Amino acid sequence: MSLFASVYLGFELSEPGSSIYLVGETTHGHHQIEMACKVCHKKAFGGEDVLQEACMDCHGEEMKVVDDSHPKSKFTDPRNAERVANLDARLCVTCHREHRPRISGPMGVTLPDDFCFHCHADIGKDRPSHNALPFETCASAGCHNFHDNRALYEDFLLKHSDAPDLLPMPKVAIRTRSRRVLPVSDRQDSPLTPQDADAPPEMTEDLQLMSEWLESSHAKNGVNCRDCHTLNKDVDGPGHWLNTPDESVCQSCHESEAKGFFSGKHGMRLVSNLPGMNPALAKANMKPDAGDKPLGCVSCHGAHAFDTLKAAVQACMQCHNDPHSRAYAGSPHDELFQNEIKGIKKPGTGVSCATCHMPRFAKNKDDMEVVSVQHNQSWNLRPNEKMIREVCLNCHGLRFSIDALADKRLIEKNFKGRPSRRVESIDWAKKRNNEKKEKKAAREPSHAL
Amino acid sequence: MKKKLKWGLSVMLILFLGPTACNTTKVESAPFGISPKVMADALHAVMEADRTVYTKMIVNRLQNEEKVIKASEHWKDDKALVLPAQMFRMGAERVAESKAPFSYSLISLWPVNKQNAPKTESEKIGLAEINRTGESYYTEETLGGRKYFTALYPDIAVAPACYSCHNDHQDSPKTDFKLGDVMGGVVIRIPLGT
Repeated sequence: MSLFASVYLGFELSEPGSSIYLVGETTHGHHQIEMACKVCHKKAFGGEDVLQEACMDCHGEEMKVVDDSHPKSKFTDPRNAERVANLDARLCVTCHREHRPRISGPMGVTLPDDFCFHCHADIGKDRPSHNALPFETCASAGCHNFHDNRALYEDFLLKHSDAPDLLPMPKVAIRTRSRRVLPVSDRQDSPLTPQDADAPPEMTEDLQLMSEWLESSHAKNGVNCRDCHTLNKDVDGPGHWLNTPDESVCQSCHESEAKGFFSGKHGMRLVSNLPGMNPALAKANMKPDAGDKPLGCVSCHGAHAFDTLKAAVQACMQCHNDPHSRAYAGSPHDELFQNEIKGIKKPGTGVSCATCHMPRFAKNKDDMEVVSVQHNQSWNLRPNEKMIREVCLNCHGLRFSIDALADKRLIEKNFKGRPSRRVESIDWAKKRNNEKKEKKAAREPSHAL
Repeated sequence: MKKKLKWGLSVMLILFLGPTACNTTKVESAPFGISPKVMADALHAVMEADRTVYTKMIVNRLQNEEKVIKASEHWKDDKALVLPAQMFRMGAERVAESKAPFSYSLISLWPVNKQNAPKTESEKIGLAEINRTGESYYTEETLGGRKYFTALYPDIAVAPACYSCHNDHQDSPKTDFKLGDVMGGVVIRIPLGT
């Protein structure tokens, strides 16, 4: 009997899609891959270290990029042993336990909200402004984050304290042309014509498809049909035709975009050996007619048009049905986007869904600055203050950005209106700075004659 | 050059033999290998040398003398040099990540960042001692259920960049440091026993 049970359970564990071991509902960040147990539980034995390795496999790079304010190395120092005994911040699972729906809060935090107290109980001694503040407000009032404080640290607040709500020249970076990673020997670098199309003859008869391709950045930049519809021309031979190329084909040229896509909620199932994510599986509010077709690159970009304007708003609206998304149409950001499309305003001045949720980032590659699009739409939403530096500050002042992102109702209205609350962090930073300056001036001898 | 090579070989030997040496709780008379004190002294010699070179040859020269570039706490945002104390701590964090058989940190009775004030009893007593005597201080302590050989070494203001930065910093509790002052202490901990 026990042998039968062992074999059955072992088989169940090895099969993706088995829910028998699912011990509790997973968070919004992991439910997509909850049936791929081994993504997190990499080994049957090993405990917290194995889980920690899994956390860092997916989130480690992000922690480095954001200059994690509480890296593990701070807590492995023996001088902090007493603190670790209270709160073992060496392990992600101390604060983020999975399968605990009743105690899971925003960002999957499963600790009581006053966790900062464990180490910063005496903060009031150094900062009297913090004396009467309850500890559950440290990370929930728009002032601090546990990991990413790049837009919230004191000197940054001071540096940007007087910036206007709207900057004089609001604009985001212009995306540079994607760089081909895999060279295709017979690719030409001039716009292609219908006669150039190297698809089988019966395929080129579809005028709609032909028209979409001719208008696309692919045809305009010499990317022919078989560049995508052949998995590996050198191996498979020029005659091999792949009717529906998958994401790996896109990835062969758009490496960084694919990396982001596979790291985000849209694509994470695909790298976990699960069928692609689809709107019916989502926990977020989706449109009833969004369907259950697995998401891939072409879900948003289209199979031949690869229209980035469409992908920037319309594609999102096909599925997303939350108040924030529904309020986009007619919002100030939408108005700017429409003006950019119409050519009334300069490129880079419009604000689409992608402008904020799939921001552009510049990186030096081979001595050239490449501006790419982050395709992990959760990258800057955990929590939303992460959006400030990469997105908001392109157009808005810091104070306005902090206040707007702390105003849930304003977010639901897709920023129609002004922030109704004021986060006092900048005021306190200025006050403290002035006090310190006065103190310093008082102890230094005056040079005035 | 010969001296450098000698130190380099010593440290390599120490790092190689260190874990073996730490398997004994008898600190001063290890039956074989080297004692934790010798290991700590050697590690500190390397740390102090690197710290002095970076402070004098990079930060003080480029910032204070040649005025080519500034050093800043927010070095990434300000496109500036990393502060000597940050350089030291970053090294300590990398060592911690590598799980080497020792840890080190920089603390002070007058820290700009309050988290770097002495915490353990050994740190409090040791800092007071090295400030009083200007000499290193050795002890043993138990932290988190583990016993450590703990050594504290005076951290001296070796260049104007050290004291001018601390004296000018708005969060510095002490503003009259001068060249040669003990500004804090380097703490090296080596775990003892298994």
